[in-house]
Amino acid sequence: MAATLTPRGGVAPVRRPRKGGPAIVRFYRSAVGKKWVMAVTGIALMGFVLVHLIGNIKLYLSKEELNLYGEALRDMPGHLLPRTWLLWAFRLGLVAAFVLHVHSAWGLTVINRRARPVGYQSKRDYVAATFASRTMRWTGLIVLLYLVFHLMDLTWGNANPDFVRGDPYNNLVYSMQRPAVALVYALANVALAIHLSHGAWSLFQSLGINNPRYNGALRRFAYGFAGIILVGNLSFPIAVQLGLVDLACPGDDPVAECNEESGL
Amino acid sequence: MSDKQMRITLTAWRQDGPDAPGRFETYDVPGVSPDMSFLEMLDVVNERLQREGKEPIAFDHDCREGICGSCGMMINGQAHGPERGTATCQLHMRKFRDGDHVTIEPWRAAAFPVIRDLIVDRTALDRIIESGGYISAPTGGAPDANLIPIPKPVADAAMDAAACIGCGACVAACPNGAAQLFTAAKVQHLNLLPQGQAERWDRTINMVETMEEYFGSCTLHRECEAACPKSISIDFIALMNRDYAKAQLAQRRLVGQTFP
Repeated sequence: MAATLTPRGGVAPVRRPRKGGPAIVRFYRSAVGKKWVMAVTGIALMGFVLVHLIGNIKLYLSKEELNLYGEALRDMPGHLLPRTWLLWAFRLGLVAAFVLHVHSAWGLTVINRRARPVGYQSKRDYVAATFASRTMRWTGLIVLLYLVFHLMDLTWGNANPDFVRGDPYNNLVYSMQRPAVALVYALANVALAIHLSHGAWSLFQSLGINNPRYNGALRRFAYGFAGIILVGNLSFPIAVQLGLVDLACPGDDPVAECNEESGL
Repeated sequence: MSDKQMRITLTAWRQDGPDAPGRFETYDVPGVSPDMSFLEMLDVVNERLQREGKEPIAFDHDCREGICGSCGMMINGQAHGPERGTATCQLHMRKFRDGDHVTIEPWRAAAFPVIRDLIVDRTALDRIIESGGYISAPTGGAPDANLIPIPKPVADAAMDAAACIGCGACVAACPNGAAQLFTAAKVQHLNLLPQGQAERWDRTINMVETMEEYFGSCTLHRECEAACPKSISIDFIALMNRDYAKAQLAQRRLVGQTFP
């Protein structure tokens, strides 16, 4: 008996993006364009993460060095612009990069879910995909949630009972002395490093930067970058927990008083 | 030829039609020669099923020498099975051990609906080709050989891309159900060559956008590259991304004139 095959004239598209509009909108509508935006915003966010780490290393110099660094950020670029204007420009740029990064990730996730509504019924055996590449959404989400806490803890201060505006050194040390905060900080940075170990390589591919001559170097760059961020950022909670970095004015002295004494 | 025989347990996806619910069925398969191809092993199972008056397992196949792209299925969770750079027809049973349990399942993607058992409809790949996988060339007398000089590395790269047999393993293996490797190969084997320049930018936009109507997006897991029976590199995906951005954002009157 012959098998009855139903000839089908193809399948309906799962997605019909609107056509037309300005070139940049058309570009962003496509998944390739979204990946491109994700790569460009990823570079901006990587730059921030690296500069943030370099600035924070001043924690190991002295309280004055770190607090002066914070002051310098608010004061840049000297008298060329009113105070904090340039800092706000950077902040707005970062927020824009973050929003676009998350928005394109969301859009791509929806596209990908639709592309395979019925999954494999037997166990998949992945050959090349890495833990990092398969958990990008989750590590990204962890970093996003952590970022909210991090801002509440050390920028706005509403998650930090000992918060004093303009005294990042004490804020940071007080915060990290709480073991739970140190642990959350460490876990979030492990997630960030895993995220970067895939993202810092795949962004080149998304942008079309590819040459067999230096593809291996790009892969090593991503691991190296993620490693630097991991080691650098993990050192802060560890140093505070081990007591290597201490409060400038230990004991129950009110922080404000202590600041007055140290002249800041 | 070895006289050794293997016995394997085969669990196969059975689905009577496009809208029928599917299920796994398990078969005991004795007398498997290590020299058989995977499809020959399925032939043995099917002959027995027919003798028993049952429906044989439907699977796509044609040339059985790894160049037509008809065959393909998930074998133990890997597209085309455990051997790298081979289609299912050239996977030999010697890659399995006596007593192994082998599970086979059709490609899964929204754009690849199951027609029956292990056969899926891959028309969506044809839609991508129709939208730009061609060049316009004047017909007439055959041109002289080597009339258009092409550097050897360029010709090699174009040939590497052109090795794509359109089997759909890249889509099947991709955790996102993306057809990036297929489309990139089909875009770039023309975009790399002088003959492909006239339609280069329209081709890239049209093929990418048709692809995106049916398939997922690339997140660089590299599963496609590992599954590809022709071992096509994901480097072509980067080249396609570059050409797509250029086609969308660059000044077309200028990029059309230059060979970047």
